[in-house]
Amino acid sequence: MVPVPPADPALPPLPPPTPPWWRDRRVVPWVVQAVVGLLVLLLIAFLLGNLVRNLTAAGLLLSWRWLQQPAGFDISESVIPFNAQLPYWRALAAGLVNTIRAVLVGLVGATLMGTLVGMASFSHNGLLRRLARVYVEVVRNIPLLLQLVFWYFVVFLTLPNGVAAIQLPGVVLAKSGLYIAGLGEGLRWMGPTLVNGVWQAPVRLSVEFGALITGLIVYSGAFIAEVVRGGIAAVPKGQWEAASSLGLSWFATLRRIVLPQSLRVIVPGLNTQYISLAKNSSLAVAVGYTDLYSVAETTLNQTGRAVEVILVLLAAYLTLDLLISALMNGLNHLVQIRER
Amino acid sequence: MGINTISRAARLLLLALLTGLVGCSSANEAPGSPTMAKIRERGRLVCAVDGAVPGFSTVAPGGAFVGIDADFCRAVAAAVLGDPGKVEFRPVTAGERFVALNSGEVDLLSISSTHTLSRDAPGGNALSFGPVFFYDGQGVMVPLASGINSLRQLAGQPICVESGTNTELNLADRMRELGLAYQPLRFQSGEQAYPAYEQGRCAAITSDSSLLAAKRSGFKDPAAHVLLPDLLSKEPSAKVTVQADPAWADAVRWITYTLFQAEESGLTQANVEASREAARADASQAERRRFLGIEGDFGRQLGLPADFTVRVVKAVGNYGELFERHLGKATPLGLERGLNRLWTAGGLHIAPPFR
Repeated sequence: MVPVPPADPALPPLPPPTPPWWRDRRVVPWVVQAVVGLLVLLLIAFLLGNLVRNLTAAGLLLSWRWLQQPAGFDISESVIPFNAQLPYWRALAAGLVNTIRAVLVGLVGATLMGTLVGMASFSHNGLLRRLARVYVEVVRNIPLLLQLVFWYFVVFLTLPNGVAAIQLPGVVLAKSGLYIAGLGEGLRWMGPTLVNGVWQAPVRLSVEFGALITGLIVYSGAFIAEVVRGGIAAVPKGQWEAASSLGLSWFATLRRIVLPQSLRVIVPGLNTQYISLAKNSSLAVAVGYTDLYSVAETTLNQTGRAVEVILVLLAAYLTLDLLISALMNGLNHLVQIRER
Repeated sequence: MGINTISRAARLLLLALLTGLVGCSSANEAPGSPTMAKIRERGRLVCAVDGAVPGFSTVAPGGAFVGIDADFCRAVAAAVLGDPGKVEFRPVTAGERFVALNSGEVDLLSISSTHTLSRDAPGGNALSFGPVFFYDGQGVMVPLASGINSLRQLAGQPICVESGTNTELNLADRMRELGLAYQPLRFQSGEQAYPAYEQGRCAAITSDSSLLAAKRSGFKDPAAHVLLPDLLSKEPSAKVTVQADPAWADAVRWITYTLFQAEESGLTQANVEASREAARADASQAERRRFLGIEGDFGRQLGLPADFTVRVVKAVGNYGELFERHLGKATPLGLERGLNRLWTAGGLHIAPPFR
């Protein structure tokens, strides 16, 4: 202990040490945040001001009246009823529904594909393991656009038509479309049938849709397989050993012990892949599938309202992705390990 | 910020002074075109072409763009810059062409673009169209083996079409008139639409007749495809510029007229130089002297060199030569001139007087 010298009674007591404001920890963070916030606001104001100024100069102020005008073009594969006399917003809605349809099917398919391939990379079967590696490395290193063009022009458009079409149980693959068994008239189960050289079936999908979802599933499946592989690898080896000492098979171990524990690692990674898949679906234009982007492009060309149409597109894809993200965050919350 | 404000104020002042000084000079001075000023400063014309339509614009094996649309770009470069080689070709799709033009990405659209009210009007696409450069009509092509010979037989069938085009709307209109259901297969560009048709995905494909003939010439078996006799629409196509620069639109308009007038006056790529010398010596050839820039100051009124007509014809020839070189009987397209003859030969092309 260092002896403290007694305070000099002649001097007044020292004031509490107050640092100058620029070193005060109660002030500085507020100042920094205020400055950053102000800069961001200024930037946004500048960009918006610039947009409005330039659009005004070009005589193109934002207007939304075109949304009510008749579209004038047809959409062949619309889930919601559509014809050329309906307004542009109905066309955009039909495009959005088509996009959501492709995204939903793509999400389910890619998840199945990715999970199976991810599991296969831990198989005891060397051939299966290597096949899984080859699939992942080949697919994720080729641009999606090329893969879509490949699936469409090389695979789907070379399918035969009529009697020569590829017939699988409940499914027929032909150039004119994909015909799938389902509940037909009178709620009777109906398979694809050939009537006067034309296939008929309760569920008919276009080859454009087929090419798009095949491309999306195969491409995103490869990335999801890597996410799943990472998740499984993150489960301690002791869990495998404990399970096998209890006599559980490889598959039972994976399904009951390892996969449930790996979900907390897998789900955040899946979120990113799902969002990518939703955005990648806009490449549908390359294979002639009429999605939101394709409708928006025609709308833009016919109305000349480029900024407005792009704003609609931005808002639609942003909302779609935020929705997916919110759902996945909820799922993530459920699969977290709760510490007791 | 402070310095910036000062320098801006100084520039404004300088500008005001200059305007004051120059303002009193001749009001007859050549009009300023921002686009032409930009082209001269850059030293080359940025010209949008399709790039994949034989006869109109394609890339030749050597890498050069060939076709009647590509040559029009050269004619403009020859008139504005004095050198037909100073063109930067920019291939754009049907869907992005107007945005590319309006954003200033390209100076000129030399693509088959049908002149329509909504594309022209200030409240629509607000574009400026030149004189009709090519009279066309929308046709339908089907495989010969299908035995289809009228639109009605296409009921319920898939029809390939490029999205974002007039043809897409015309198809919808006509099928509605006929009360026929059909499946439009909309492709972003011809690069996808024509291969899909050739592979048999669609029962028919529709576009401007000349484009169909052009694309067919590139098929594996051109003879296996025929055009239906039905025409879906009239498609007068023109060169397009921005509405914000009327002086530039005028220059492009009169470069187009130059091609028509040269044919009418019998001036060709080969004889234009000699004809000018002959006209220079012969004061009686008044009309020809005006057209070739010997009399009057028509070039300067447009903001172009006095002899821009000679430069244009020397660079690419007259309209008839252009047509025969790229689209006519001697080419794989083998198109008839039809409506694209001059008015003197029963067609629709006419140049207003150069005076």
